[in-house]
Amino acid sequence: MKLLKILLLSGLTALAFAATPARATLNVLACTPEWAALTQEIAGNRAKITSATTAMQDPHRIEARPALLAQARRANLVVCTGAELEIGWLPLLQRESGNAAIQAGQPGYFEAASVVRLIEKPTVLDRAMGDIHAAGNPHFFLDPRNLLKVADALAQRLAEIDPAGAVHYAARHQDFVTRLQAAIVRWEQEAVALKGVPVVVHHKNWSYLTAWLGLNVVADLEPKPGIDPSVAYLGQLLGKLKAQPAKMVLRAAYQSPKASEWIAERHGMKAVQLPFTVGGSDRAKDLFSLFDDTLARLKEAAR
Amino acid sequence: MHKLTLITAALAALLATPLPALANPEIDRLRAEFEQKLKTLQENHDQAARQSSAPSAFNPEISLILQGRYHNAKGDGHITGFLPAGHNHGAPKGFSLDHTELTLGASIDPYSRGFANFAIADGRIETEEAWIQTTALGNGITVKGGRYLSGIGYSNEQHPHAWDFADQNLAYAAMLGGHYIQDGVQLRWLAPTPMFLQLGLEAGQGADWGDRNQLGSHAVFAQIGDDLGASHSWRAGLSSLLARADRREGHWDDDNGDEAHTYFTGKSRYWIADLVWKWAPLGNSKQQNFEFQTEYLHRNENGSLVCEEAACAAGITDSFRARQSGWYAQGVYQFMPRWRAGYRYDRLDSGTVNFGPTFTGALSASAYTPERHSLMLDYSPSEFSRLRTQLARNQSTQGLTDNQVTLQYIHSLGPHGAHKF
Repeated sequence: MKLLKILLLSGLTALAFAATPARATLNVLACTPEWAALTQEIAGNRAKITSATTAMQDPHRIEARPALLAQARRANLVVCTGAELEIGWLPLLQRESGNAAIQAGQPGYFEAASVVRLIEKPTVLDRAMGDIHAAGNPHFFLDPRNLLKVADALAQRLAEIDPAGAVHYAARHQDFVTRLQAAIVRWEQEAVALKGVPVVVHHKNWSYLTAWLGLNVVADLEPKPGIDPSVAYLGQLLGKLKAQPAKMVLRAAYQSPKASEWIAERHGMKAVQLPFTVGGSDRAKDLFSLFDDTLARLKEAAR
Repeated sequence: MHKLTLITAALAALLATPLPALANPEIDRLRAEFEQKLKTLQENHDQAARQSSAPSAFNPEISLILQGRYHNAKGDGHITGFLPAGHNHGAPKGFSLDHTELTLGASIDPYSRGFANFAIADGRIETEEAWIQTTALGNGITVKGGRYLSGIGYSNEQHPHAWDFADQNLAYAAMLGGHYIQDGVQLRWLAPTPMFLQLGLEAGQGADWGDRNQLGSHAVFAQIGDDLGASHSWRAGLSSLLARADRREGHWDDDNGDEAHTYFTGKSRYWIADLVWKWAPLGNSKQQNFEFQTEYLHRNENGSLVCEEAACAAGITDSFRARQSGWYAQGVYQFMPRWRAGYRYDRLDSGTVNFGPTFTGALSASAYTPERHSLMLDYSPSEFSRLRTQLARNQSTQGLTDNQVTLQYIHSLGPHGAHKF
């Protein structure tokens, strides 16, 4: 039975691949590299995909540049995180693009956060708390189980916008889900050794990854989300770490290494730069190698 | 709520019970499943609690800009040789509330968006902007109507809190009254090209430019822009504005050096060229970035001028023609997070000014070249607050070299909308 299903699926996939002309029918603008990569997995050559940001850029701090406006103007679909991550620039792109298809509420605007349960929802919304997101922590793609949920919704959305490609999207989606599920099992086995390892994080962008892998976050380098740590604050943190030692401090490729290296050297732990998203390291070329590389770096540092 | 407590207690009891075969993977799996379910329940509960306490999800974005300063200067910022055009905020000395702005913006319905900006000063509220804009026309077309900052040039659309310096550049201050506010409609079209190409048309009534039935103002602008690799982006534009003035108020230094009041009626034709270039290493502006901005303005005025008081005590009316220009260039460098330093150079060309023969002995053209150097340093504790120091050597008034010091704060409360590039 199972064999039959697999055979049927691979047949369907092959058919879909063969039937698809090698030209893109959809223009997709992804807000961040992980959504570009996910869209690539599902849409393949049916879509021409550009990412508004790279792994070297802080997705909170992007400007609505002329080049991005030109891309938003021609997009059939915009794939973004939502949960206010892109609030500083995406609304401007939508408004100024003159593109009715990508406005909020339209099928051409896809918000990944809408299908994921967010953690760390603030109970008090006050700017004195730093740069907080009312809807919860928006960096959820680093728990790959969330990627499965987003992939389901995205495949449906692609089929809604481009009905002619429905079979193509369904087949590629099924193939992606099968591969990702297998990879998740593998990653979780690999990460057994990481369970309970005490870590320090630079920003709260690691919360989903650490929760998934069971890493124990003992401190944040930022006194408040989005507020850079001062040397005095890092000094205090050093004192706190004496009582509760950590094994490593995590930062994203786009974050300055200064603070994490400063504290790593004094506390005697490793400063680990993780790709954070696709393109954040030489190895992280797609969603699979992103997690492969992330786990490899974590395991190396935990040794 | 009660139900949740019960479930929690039951689950806690279940998990706490010592089980004989604890190493059994089946039990581990069940435990993980229970933990996940408990977590989900808690999250749902939190979400429900939050939703019921929120007053409304449809609140418009309201923000308040608090801006104040200390300004030390000798002169009053008067610019020799140029007829002022419209609304100017002036430059009060000492401590002052520069500009308090209240803005409201929201989607009106799935087809349009509304926005208003009120500048509040003692005893008066000025409507700087109040417009509606379409969002659902598609094909790259956006129509805006109401009162808005004209899309001409680059800094015309920027509100004072978005300026990189404590004051507006001299060319805009001298020839546009700080910025040109349009009461009317604007049509913009963004081309479906890989490179940014935008065309705009405006028809309206220049605000502060007089009261008339016929359309007072037409503008057309074109902008192009793109990225150069990951680190560079730029925009360049060319604009033209034809504005009809009806008794536009101003003043001119008469031949005795006294200030005479003027009213200009006629046509003003502007040409503006602008260029902005921004750099950030790999597009990450957090640590370091640099912005270069320059604009050139040319104004051609033709009409009649009424002059009163001072040398024109009897009241003089005759023709007035002027071809004048000005430009500025500025660079702002963020050398480390939160800190920026900038330099700006302003220069005006008095050009050719022809007063009708009746003005002989009362008013005459000036050959003076106003100039200004400005240096600024600002510190932003967060993206919502900024403190600035500016030193300027202002030679905009003939015979006066004014060394100015300005200390300024700009803070914004609320979900302040993103700024344009």
